[in-house]
Amino acid sequence: MNKVMFGRFIPGHSWVHRMDPRAKLVLSFLYIAVVFFANDFWTYLIMTLLLLASVVASAIPLGVYIRGLLPLFWLMIFTVLIQVFFGVGGHVYWQWGWLVVSQDGLNSAGLILMRFVLIILVSTILTFTTEPLEIADGIESLLSPLKKLHFPVATLALMLSLALRFVPTLMDEAEKIMNAQRSRGVDFGEGGLRQRVRTIVPILIPLFVNAFNRAIEISTAMEARGYQDGENRTKYRQLKWHRVDTASLVIYVISLSAVIGLRYFS
Amino acid sequence: MAIIRVENLNYQYSNSDTKAIDDVSFEIQAGDWVAIVGHNGSGKSTLAKLLIGLMAADSGKITIDGQVLTPDTVWQIREKVGMVFQNPDNQFVGATVADDVAFGMENRSVDRPTMATKVEQALKQVGMYDYKDREPANLSGGQKQRVALAGIIAIAPKILILDEATSMLDPRGRQEILAVIQQLKADLNLTVLSITHDIDEASNADRIVVIDDGHFVEEATPSELFTHGRQLVDMGLDVPLPEKLKDALQARHVTVPRSYLDERGLVDWLRTSRLNK
Repeated sequence: MNKVMFGRFIPGHSWVHRMDPRAKLVLSFLYIAVVFFANDFWTYLIMTLLLLASVVASAIPLGVYIRGLLPLFWLMIFTVLIQVFFGVGGHVYWQWGWLVVSQDGLNSAGLILMRFVLIILVSTILTFTTEPLEIADGIESLLSPLKKLHFPVATLALMLSLALRFVPTLMDEAEKIMNAQRSRGVDFGEGGLRQRVRTIVPILIPLFVNAFNRAIEISTAMEARGYQDGENRTKYRQLKWHRVDTASLVIYVISLSAVIGLRYFS
Repeated sequence: MAIIRVENLNYQYSNSDTKAIDDVSFEIQAGDWVAIVGHNGSGKSTLAKLLIGLMAADSGKITIDGQVLTPDTVWQIREKVGMVFQNPDNQFVGATVADDVAFGMENRSVDRPTMATKVEQALKQVGMYDYKDREPANLSGGQKQRVALAGIIAIAPKILILDEATSMLDPRGRQEILAVIQQLKADLNLTVLSITHDIDEASNADRIVVIDDGHFVEEATPSELFTHGRQLVDMGLDVPLPEKLKDALQARHVTVPRSYLDERGLVDWLRTSRLNK
């Protein structure tokens, strides 16, 4: 499978799948924040165990997560190398001109790599187990206090869910346009970069034109169906907070408090 | 009783020299099924949009169920009129079938328990209840149009306007949706106004109104109108696409098979033909 795994949804009925998207969003953010407090073996051990427990609870094999990391492999190598060569201080192991490999450099490289992997993995758990639409619902619900400041939360959420709803439609359309161009003799896989970019243009132009026409028709249809403004509407989809959410919250809060406790009070 | 009354209606697009709707007047009785036929660009879709205030007429008067259409009454009138559009995808707003049916009710601030019952009821009426959690990408055009109908009947309108609602469907989807509409019309005592090219859809109507170039041309019952034969084409009713293509090819002196072709047969023939003259 050479498709990009990062950001995909994998259907299932695991503990994590059944969780409320709000709980998953909040816990992911908490986790990412606390990653920056971890600074030694024990704190990282707790963070890693908590993550592995969540991976197990998602009932998706670890291998799938690793594949999700692969596209970011070079970025990770690059960050690590920068840290290794430009972190200075402590015992010097090796030196060549201005390139120095020192103890502090290696330490911070390890730290950064660890943080990088943990943050990517925890956000991957969120996207693997939560439909995009649920994420949109979760964001709307979490942002709802902003309504008091007249921020158009509901309108924003509707925009987001409409955009998500039309992703497959537009993909289909792109496919159709490509086939139409192919039948006229365009070869998409051929030629250098210039040539390839040139073959993209006759796909993008009809795609954009159609997308705008669609948008006009959709807004007409929405108006005909009684849509006046985003804010004074009721919601059909409802989020439900279950016991799994409370349980997960408790586990996360205890573990993450332990990390902060170890950092400041040991 | 006339549920729709249109008097001396005029409309002109700002980028056009001629009127899209030119002094049109007609009445539709409650409980009738009226088809409006005409060529592309004859003004029939413009008429539909004017009727529910999606565009404002230049002059003339529209009365729906005893209420005159003005900027102040437009939202009340939209409570009474449901409209199904041509493109099944471009009116499917919800992420799933159930969400889409609920959209109109959400706009009217209906509370959640009522919405849940009505969504279920409406979906059962159009035979789409088993699909309630499906996403639009996994539905056929005909199924999407049935969902659009469910979304409309959930808000209990008195009038249903079909703006070429079957024109993008295959023949089976078209038959299915027409059957559903007939059933709904009988059950809910709807008035149906269908704008169409399709001869089957027009034949369902009690009366047919022909318009051309924004003018009102003729009003008749289907059986009266269908005696016109080939003239129907001039009025904007469609002969099947394969026949139209064959006519067009023949006009360019291409030899075409004499037997009737359905769309599949047409595609097969086109693929193997060299379009010999």
